[in-house]
Amino acid sequence: MSIIRYQPPETLAWSGLNRLSNLRDELDTLFEMPLWGNFGRQSQLFSGWSPALDLYQNNDNVIVRVELPGMRKEDIEISLQDGMLTISGERKSETAEGDKAERTERYVGKFRRSVSLPTQVDSSKVTATYRDGILTVTLSKAEEAKPKQIQVNVA
Amino acid sequence: MNTLVRENRNANQQRNEQFVTPAASVIEDGDVYLLNVEMPGVNKEGLEISVENNELRIIGRRSLPEIDGTLVHRESRSENFRRAFELDPSIDTSKISAHIDQGILTLRLPKAEQVKPRKITVS
Repeated sequence: MSIIRYQPPETLAWSGLNRLSNLRDELDTLFEMPLWGNFGRQSQLFSGWSPALDLYQNNDNVIVRVELPGMRKEDIEISLQDGMLTISGERKSETAEGDKAERTERYVGKFRRSVSLPTQVDSSKVTATYRDGILTVTLSKAEEAKPKQIQVNVA
Repeated sequence: MNTLVRENRNANQQRNEQFVTPAASVIEDGDVYLLNVEMPGVNKEGLEISVENNELRIIGRRSLPEIDGTLVHRESRSENFRRAFELDPSIDTSKISAHIDQGILTLRLPKAEQVKPRKITVS
């Protein structure tokens, strides 16, 4: 169990304006870190998980993919505000009344991940799918953020 | 000799493919143990489950659709999942069943008849 999620070196290229929000994202993650041992296990306040998040972009879309195994679709919340995409939700406990958990490494409870989007998006064109425990959110880039080809007529 | 052959095969597998260990939980629910293993991105086709000499071995291969675009930020891992469990002798290995739903593999491990608590009526 590492303290901070391993960040591959290529993410460092995502710099400039985003560096600040990246830091904020990391701080968020720190606050959501589960504490190990009995204290963390017993206290709902400190239990939590930070699902892995990938961000892609192409000419038309920004695509965010989050590993959320074992959720119910209704328990996932996606919101977009000020260029910040937030995915949150709660995973219900897997033990029913009368069951005995012998050993558990899986997190239950609330999670929240926020990511600042690299470009402006059209908030009316956001779609999401949840399949095989993977949430994929596709955000359409705002017209002004799309790369444009400028035709130059050479006389 | 048998052992040696098996060990060799494992060594080869390890060299060819890298795996990560998925998170798991074991719940005792009456006459069965439920083993839940987190394998996001794995579906039925990507699963390989075997029991040999009381060892339960699970391999889950991810099948994620390619995303058309450039990767900006990545936290997920691309390696497939592998984990092995030593089964208690009280588990009836012939009756193990499995299903996967939204990236959670659930194995039902029923207890063998002889270890179930039973009431003996006095005649």
